[in-house]
Amino acid sequence: MMIFSHEASLKRQALFDLSFRSLTRFCAFAVLALLAAIIVSLVEGSMPAIHAFGFGFLTSTKWDPVNDNFGALIPVFGTLVTSGIALFIAIPVSFGIALFLTELSPRFLRRPLGIAIELLAGIPSIIYGMWGLFIFAPMFADHVEPWLNRHVGSLPLIGPFFSGPPMGIGLLTAGIILAIMVIPFIASVMRDVFDVVPSMLKESAYAVGATTWEVMWQVVLPYTKVGVAGGIMLGLGRALGETMAVTFVIGNSHDLNKSLLMPGNSISSALANEFNEAVGALYTSSLIELGLILFFITFVVLSIARFMLYRLGKREGQAS
Amino acid sequence: MRILPSLYTRRRITNAVGLSISVLAMLFGLFWLCWILLTLLVHGLPSLTPAVFTQMTPPPGNAGGLLNAIAGSVLMTVFGILIGTPIGILAGTYLAEFGQRGWMAPVTRFINDVLLSAPSIVIGLFVYEVYVIRVKHFSGWAGAFALAILVIPVVIRTTENMLKLVPSTLREAAAALGAPQWKVINFITLRAARAGIITGVLLAVARISGETAPLLFTALNNQFWSKDLNQPMANLPVVIFQFAMSPYDDWQNLAWAGALLITASVLTLNIVARVLFRQSATTH
Repeated sequence: MMIFSHEASLKRQALFDLSFRSLTRFCAFAVLALLAAIIVSLVEGSMPAIHAFGFGFLTSTKWDPVNDNFGALIPVFGTLVTSGIALFIAIPVSFGIALFLTELSPRFLRRPLGIAIELLAGIPSIIYGMWGLFIFAPMFADHVEPWLNRHVGSLPLIGPFFSGPPMGIGLLTAGIILAIMVIPFIASVMRDVFDVVPSMLKESAYAVGATTWEVMWQVVLPYTKVGVAGGIMLGLGRALGETMAVTFVIGNSHDLNKSLLMPGNSISSALANEFNEAVGALYTSSLIELGLILFFITFVVLSIARFMLYRLGKREGQAS
Repeated sequence: MRILPSLYTRRRITNAVGLSISVLAMLFGLFWLCWILLTLLVHGLPSLTPAVFTQMTPPPGNAGGLLNAIAGSVLMTVFGILIGTPIGILAGTYLAEFGQRGWMAPVTRFINDVLLSAPSIVIGLFVYEVYVIRVKHFSGWAGAFALAILVIPVVIRTTENMLKLVPSTLREAAAALGAPQWKVINFITLRAARAGIITGVLLAVARISGETAPLLFTALNNQFWSKDLNQPMANLPVVIFQFAMSPYDDWQNLAWAGALLITASVLTLNIVARVLFRQSATTH
């Protein structure tokens, strides 16, 4: 009698095990299903626009809700340009911050300063947008853009990019605010990968007389370059998809301008501004296709980023 | 021994310049943080009256508060967390405890890491496509679903990381006493990783309570008090967006008050999560 009940209990436990394992497996599978569902629904939603415009959608600068004629070039251009500006500023600054936090900072300041930089990432993007529109853009229009106009606008080659009326809002402003937003992401990845450099390597370099700067450039950076590149790509992914901060300051105009001081548009701000007001199936569908393009670009960028970070992690695993 | 003094000097100078730039970069980062926080205090504090917490969002030109928006935000955040957390913890458990073999765990981990930074506005678009169009109206539920989708990757990542920190001797000891695997995981490993997982959930709350983009196409906005999650629902971020973009002074002041509220709560959550995690890390 005892043996029977014992066997039954064992069987019951095995059943519990199986169901618990299946439950967790099902939830993990839900993540994959979610990705598939996002792609399928976006493709389905953009079908009317794909049928109407084909590949010409990507190269057309038209954005004409009245005549139902749409093209993605201007928002895609705006998204890429603002993200490019953001990376241009954020990469050196993030490197400096990571260098400071790993090599220079006194030990007692390391944690609070690290947290302060990470808090910069915690501020919601709508706050950046409001601050950008009400505080930063007027300051920029009054003090920085006239200066740019006078001193940089007259230069050959790069001049045309920096001339134009000082309005405060535009691609350059959006790019700068994006830079502030992605600095904490890039800096914290850089700091983490700098921390995995074996201290023996660094100490050897110091022992043969290298300066801190040389250790950084000739030992730490070569050792971690894959991870650093991964961190930069991660920041790029963030910058590409950022919505609210950009929507406030980019100006939302569907014109193609050479000057970075002029208003433009990005994919995410076009969506945020126009989606709820879009009338007509083709208008809505074109906006959804914009979303699909954005998802595709960020997916590729973020995949590359993760791939690079995994590679560094793997090498780390082999070394130890 | 003084060979090439010029080279030595040049290296010293390069070093000094490089390091000063690094210090400047740090100050550059802190400068923006201080400027933004200061702006919020200067503009937000004067508008942060008791009325903000007791009255509804007003029509332009009238006095009012943000009560319905605060309530809507809290409601949708709570439901987003309630939907997203269990899925996230279970999936994270799968990755950490059962994911040693097969293709599924690495692929899920990769996709999850990509979704972690995917643009939130696309998530809003997705929920609009699959839910809002079907039921033909904006609703609080749609907002909660969009937020839940943002919660899942955050919780999966922290759960997996925290479970991997639990020493496997703990699992082996429990298994040696005859505990079945579901008991080992539920009563030993998950419990040991509890503080870390709570940190993850707090970070997820911080992440979604400031999110605006996914709510634009899902919860939309509502000028009135509403407890019905099947109706469009007011929420702080969208109200801030609408009020800040408006030309009315009253609305802009309320937007500043709301901005201060959101930032203060998000940053507090961030700090609490970190302190909590640090405490649990030192007691282990």
